[in-house]
Amino acid sequence: MIETRGVSKRYGDVLVVDDVSLSIPRGGFTSIIGPNGAGKSTLLSMISRLTPMSAGSVQVDGMDVTRTPGNVLARRLSILRQDNQTSLRLTVRDLVAFGRFPHSGGRLTAEDLRHVDEAMDYLRLGDYRDRPIDELSGGQRQRAYVAMVMCQDTEYVLLDEPLNNIDMRFAVDMMQLLRRAADEKGKTVVVVLHDINFASCYSDHIIAMRQGRPAYQGSPQEIIRDEVLRDLYEMDIQVHEVNGQRVCTYYR
Amino acid sequence: MVLNLWRRPATRVLLLGVLAALCVIGFMTVNVQTDWDFILEYRGNRLLALLLTAVAIGVSTVLFQTITHSRLLTPSLMGFDVLYVLVNTLALLVLGGGALAEWAPALRFALQVVLMVALALLLFRLLFSGSVRSLHLMILLGMLAGILFRELSALGARVLDPSEFGISTSVAQASFSRVNTELLGAAAMALVLGGLLLWRWWRCLDVLSLGRDIAINLGVAHGRVVLGIMAVIAVLVSVATVLVGPTLFFGLLIANLAYWFIGSQRHCWTLPASVLAGIICLVGGQLLLEHLLASTLPLALVIELAGGLLFIALLMRGVRQ
Repeated sequence: MIETRGVSKRYGDVLVVDDVSLSIPRGGFTSIIGPNGAGKSTLLSMISRLTPMSAGSVQVDGMDVTRTPGNVLARRLSILRQDNQTSLRLTVRDLVAFGRFPHSGGRLTAEDLRHVDEAMDYLRLGDYRDRPIDELSGGQRQRAYVAMVMCQDTEYVLLDEPLNNIDMRFAVDMMQLLRRAADEKGKTVVVVLHDINFASCYSDHIIAMRQGRPAYQGSPQEIIRDEVLRDLYEMDIQVHEVNGQRVCTYYR
Repeated sequence: MVLNLWRRPATRVLLLGVLAALCVIGFMTVNVQTDWDFILEYRGNRLLALLLTAVAIGVSTVLFQTITHSRLLTPSLMGFDVLYVLVNTLALLVLGGGALAEWAPALRFALQVVLMVALALLLFRLLFSGSVRSLHLMILLGMLAGILFRELSALGARVLDPSEFGISTSVAQASFSRVNTELLGAAAMALVLGGLLLWRWWRCLDVLSLGRDIAINLGVAHGRVVLGIMAVIAVLVSVATVLVGPTLFFGLLIANLAYWFIGSQRHCWTLPASVLAGIICLVGGQLLLEHLLASTLPLALVIELAGGLLFIALLMRGVRQ
């Protein structure tokens, strides 16, 4: 379980995340949604110790993220942010293999290699294994980074807007894959999403943030509703039920 | 088959190694007219100083570029070399040359290295704590820091009495063709020390080049490791500066030659390649200019010119992207 207690982040006079106390249960698929500047990404990066907190504490399975040694936490929780460096001259396979660093400290064992191959198969990267990552398209590169995080084989997988810059087909692919990781491998997947329809169709649990605080939390049935979304985004959003999926239209 | 072998980084490092060895042999044997004892001592000492310099600058530049995620920033561009010159002058000023001048040079060097590490960490924290985001602003700040340190140490030197002044200029005026061989032993010791320190973080280096966030995700204690590596860099910069004085673009030149020639980002290849490229440039360049062309053109001028052109080319490419 991930638990935040009174977590805040302040940049100068601006309070980006405001005294957030929430818990994300173990297992399942949790999405964090909300308008721009709601503090979603900042909260995620504080949970994963990438950004220091101004106040409060975060515990992952009872381990305080700021005090637990980095490599212990790296075997329990992984985080992928949206823009990753692309100027590196590395093959896909080498990048994915870095995911084993917390386990092997840089010396790959047969077990590590098995994980690397499995992660590449899982993200269908087999054909690109020896291609340098700076020569890949945005979607392929994103998949390579997700494969690295999968290869890290952690209980908790945190992703910040993994659907950015990738087309519909890869977006669906990516979401199905994350859903499978939760269902088949029992991982706890936490994703910051901009597309509320993806959040609606794939999540077990949704956290809706506004102005640095979680405004609503619950199942997609509870959150994906006209009045909740209208309040959250301050615009007209109609929710329709199509083939058992709750889909929002808000384009006109 | 041959093509595959050629593509392997190991082959390329080996090739650089052979080339560097040829330069070293040439440096020691070409135009030998007097007796060998003298040559061995005279050229041997200079060779050793150049080799130590290549190691210090080659390794420190690649490490610095890894922790700053840039192919453009180097310790000398950010003013760290001149910082050592300033430390050298300040130490004489504050402690008084009278006492300090009587110290063994090696002991004085050790004291200055410690001071240098402390100041370099401070400067690094100031510049790279995230407040300066633009690369161009960073380069500008580095150059300004360099000018400031140079002027300060020139000012300090004016206050020194002549004997102290002599000590201080031996560092400030050393160059590739006028190496300071007085401190060879101490410099070698410092290099070994730096190497031992670096050993602890050896496996983290490749992970660090993936960027801060990914390094933390993979369990590297990023802040601590980066400061540790910066301390190693400060030791290496002190070694290089005490031997050949401050440089400007030499580190940039050899590190980028290494990246380009190796085609891999792994430190187990780029670090040795950068050092070997340094040896080829320094020892081979000295051989070419002094013995083969019998030219009086200073080597530093040629190298800094080439490095400067590369710097401009890299900057322009960065602007276009």
